[in-house]
Amino acid sequence: MSSAENVVFQPIASRPPPSSVQGPIAWMRRNLFDGWVNSVSTLVVLAVLGLTLPHLFSWGVAHAVFAPDNAACRAVVEQGACWGVVSEKYRLILFGRYPFAEQWRPLLACGMLIALLAASCYRGFWKRWLLAAWVVVLAVFFALMFGGVAGLTPVETARWGGFPLTLILSTISLVLSFPLAVAVALGRQSKMPGIRTLCVMYVELVRGVPLISVLFMASFMFPLFMPQGTTIDVLLRVLVGMTLFSAAYLAEVVRGGLQALPKGQVEAAQSLGLSDWQTTRKIVLPQALRLVVPAIMNTFIGAFKDTSLVTIVSLYDLTGALQLALGDAMWRKFFLEGQLFVAAIYFVFCFAMSRYSRWIESHLNTGTRRQ
Amino acid sequence: MTPSSPPPKARQWSWRSKAFRSIVYQIIAIAAVIAIGAYLVHNTLLNMRVRGIQSGFDFVSQPAGFAIGESIVPFDSAESYGKAFVVGLSNTIRVAVVGVVLATLLGTLVGIGRLSQNFLIKSLCGAYVEIFRNVPLLLQLFIWYFVMTELLPPIETALQPLPSVYFSKNGLQYPVPEWAPGHWMTLAGLVVGVVGAWYWSRSARQHLYATGNTRPVVLPGLVIVVLGGVIGWVAGGMPGGMEIPEKTELNVVGGGAVTPEFLTMLVGLTIYTASYIAEIVRGGIQAVPFGQHEASAALGLSRGMEIRLVQLPQALRVIIPPLTSQYLNLTKNSSLAVAVGYPDLVSIANTSLNQTGRAIECIAMVMACYLTLSLLTSVFMNAYNKRSLIKER
Repeated sequence: MSSAENVVFQPIASRPPPSSVQGPIAWMRRNLFDGWVNSVSTLVVLAVLGLTLPHLFSWGVAHAVFAPDNAACRAVVEQGACWGVVSEKYRLILFGRYPFAEQWRPLLACGMLIALLAASCYRGFWKRWLLAAWVVVLAVFFALMFGGVAGLTPVETARWGGFPLTLILSTISLVLSFPLAVAVALGRQSKMPGIRTLCVMYVELVRGVPLISVLFMASFMFPLFMPQGTTIDVLLRVLVGMTLFSAAYLAEVVRGGLQALPKGQVEAAQSLGLSDWQTTRKIVLPQALRLVVPAIMNTFIGAFKDTSLVTIVSLYDLTGALQLALGDAMWRKFFLEGQLFVAAIYFVFCFAMSRYSRWIESHLNTGTRRQ
Repeated sequence: MTPSSPPPKARQWSWRSKAFRSIVYQIIAIAAVIAIGAYLVHNTLLNMRVRGIQSGFDFVSQPAGFAIGESIVPFDSAESYGKAFVVGLSNTIRVAVVGVVLATLLGTLVGIGRLSQNFLIKSLCGAYVEIFRNVPLLLQLFIWYFVMTELLPPIETALQPLPSVYFSKNGLQYPVPEWAPGHWMTLAGLVVGVVGAWYWSRSARQHLYATGNTRPVVLPGLVIVVLGGVIGWVAGGMPGGMEIPEKTELNVVGGGAVTPEFLTMLVGLTIYTASYIAEIVRGGIQAVPFGQHEASAALGLSRGMEIRLVQLPQALRVIIPPLTSQYLNLTKNSSLAVAVGYPDLVSIANTSLNQTGRAIECIAMVMACYLTLSLLTSVFMNAYNKRSLIKER
């Protein structure tokens, strides 16, 4: 009797689900061999991968030369990659013709700018002080790059190159084009036909032509536009061209946000007695811009990739500096390895940005989305 | 309820009147734009006079003095700059049209592949999209150019993927059918076939409306078209002459040929743009709600009819507008040909600019060409958008 009372119910541990439901075999059956079409395509893909990957591995890793040893590279040509071209030339590729002894400056400047860019991605930091931080960091960035202050030797812009140039061109052109883009987008939505026509013409005109013709214009025509005797730095001209170009694309992005805003928001603001300007600044823009952060990010990715085009008007950004590095007859043969290295740099940055854009898309509007 | 006082009349010429203010703002904006424009033009004219730069479009009729590597219409260096521009434009359009077709095919395949049940195919397509979207096109073109001009075998040991097709550092040589008068009959037969197929589909629709029974349309239609072509070909005397490239000691002569530069542009543009198109196609397919599938199943539509009548029209409504802008992007991106030496519009304009010094005129001509192309595209796109809007009552 007493012993029966002391018996506590002990459930036996549940059995694991059968291997047809869970585990690697079930996963493979579901994802790789679900029906004969799927099975055949899996086998075909596996066969293709099996034929190519070992070759790729043997070329890129097993037989590759990593040391900056030209003779060794030439010995393994056709069988292995010569990553030696990267270890030999990476400073030229990354910093262009910036004076060798001073290359810590662009390194530091880029580090700061990237850190700030990364910090700007965090929503908790979207405060007023971030704007101030941008101003300070950009000032320090240019002080470091130009020199001439605090005992740094001046370096003229013609010698800037490599990654810092890519970073400046994409960041500055986007930062500068942002206010212009907001103005143009608002103008395009405006009820005043004169202003609307001007904005539409600007956007359609710029979006209708390739960037390269804008860059040609910046390098051949801008000097003619200026009053006599003034010469503008080629970097500045290209920067103006890229800013005007990306402003048109950004304006369309912002307009998308403006159009997505429910009309009731404006009506509510008006019924509260806010003026047009107050409505725009306090009601419309904050909501519209928040909606388009992912799209702005995509525009930034585009601008980052498009900076490679300045190579054609002879500025030495990452792509151009690589051509400079491969101008060395000793290493010209290993063009592909150098290109892959630069492609990898672009890929890392663009991929990170596109991931961020996707992440923020799912996190940004959770408050307003109905679920 | 009557208003206590009539609403105040809007005073037209007061700063308090919104209408008046907006007129002032517009006048200021337009005046500012005109002033800046006038200032720039003034500077330009002054600069050009001081530097002794000639201006005007008279150079268009002067002999160009440079040869063009490849063109659809033959071009001689004694011909005019104007003709050179036309050749450049035709080269741009050639690479753009072929690229658009190939990129659409590849992009659609990859986009559908990303939605595949098969894990391997899904990840491969995902990797493709991520890799090619996140590397600048210019860099990709450089790499393709290297592949086409350095990694491919020399002409003596050209690859032969098909008999009489040669693929080497010198580009691609392939057989083309020899033009014979009999081919006119083939063409005529094809036209008759198309008309017949159209007639068949119309009668099938009338049959459907009259009796409610469907008749097959696609397969019989294709058969009618092909049959028409074959009958025309037979009636034309079965011309079968092919111009086959011949391999000699140093070269391959005859047949059709494309240069490595063209191939570089084509492959680079196709692969780059296809990665964007894949995402558009995927998004379009995913945009059709699942309820549509359930509803069409409840109506008893077969899988094929469901895709054709329910899924595709709705997906296309989402897909077409961004797809058109990708086509336009591809056309604009073909301007990067200047980097690999394919004689497209920009590259010809660049050469002319360096020879004549007429920077403004050359750049203006390039911009005008691209603007025309893109305005035409947006006219088409707006028309399509209007047509495909959901008809709501």
